Amino acid sequence: MENRLRVLRAERHWSQQDLARRLDVSRQSVNAIETGKYDPSLPLAFRIAELFGLGIEEIFLSPSRHSSKAI
Amino acid sequence: MTVRTLRSAAWKRYNWRVILFSLLYCAFLLPAVYGFKHHLIVGAAAWIVAVLPAIPIIGIFAVMGRYLVEEQDEYVRMLMVRRMLWAMGFALSGATIWGFLDNFGLVGHVDGYWIVILWYFGLAIGGFVNRRTLGDGGG
Repeated sequence: MENRLRVLRAERHWSQQDLARRLDVSRQSVNAIETGKYDPSLPLAFRIAELFGLGIEEIFLSPSRHSSKAI
Repeated sequence: MTVRTLRSAAWKRYNWRVILFSLLYCAFLLPAVYGFKHHLIVGAAAWIVAVLPAIPIIGIFAVMGRYLVEEQDEYVRMLMVRRMLWAMGFALSGATIWGFLDNFGLVGHVDGYWIVILWYFGLAIGGFVNRRTLGDGGG
């Protein structure tokens, strides 16, 4: 799933390690989420959203809404 | 506050438990092999001694299940689940193919516990696939 995690992290000058520490997950988890290789669970998505003070939909882009394919 | 790594506290506990059960496996297997080789074990005791080496192996399966419960990092847990699914698919496929080959007399009969060895081999394949597709092996 596409997301704005890398941008939001960069705006705060946090490394992946910094973000991982704040979320209490591994750096590999942050990297996998940022690169769209892993979609976080709803509880982790809420933790991420709360950390940045944003709504989940402001960070994670809905695959159905952002799909380029015509329905 | 420390950052989590792929080698989490749960992973370290998992490793220690596997080592413990592996030692227990050796402790049960070696006397059993010696005892049966020299015809020292008979009757009901033979059944118990023959089954004893299987108990630590079953224990290792339980340890793996425990690891999935204790691992707090959901991504790392997912990596291990993927490895286990590969292991299951590989072991069951191998056993099925060998079973039919055996059935039609094309290969010799092998001991049932080889499926566990296949399973562990599948676990390694799962780690390789994880590394290729996600960049992290997971354990």
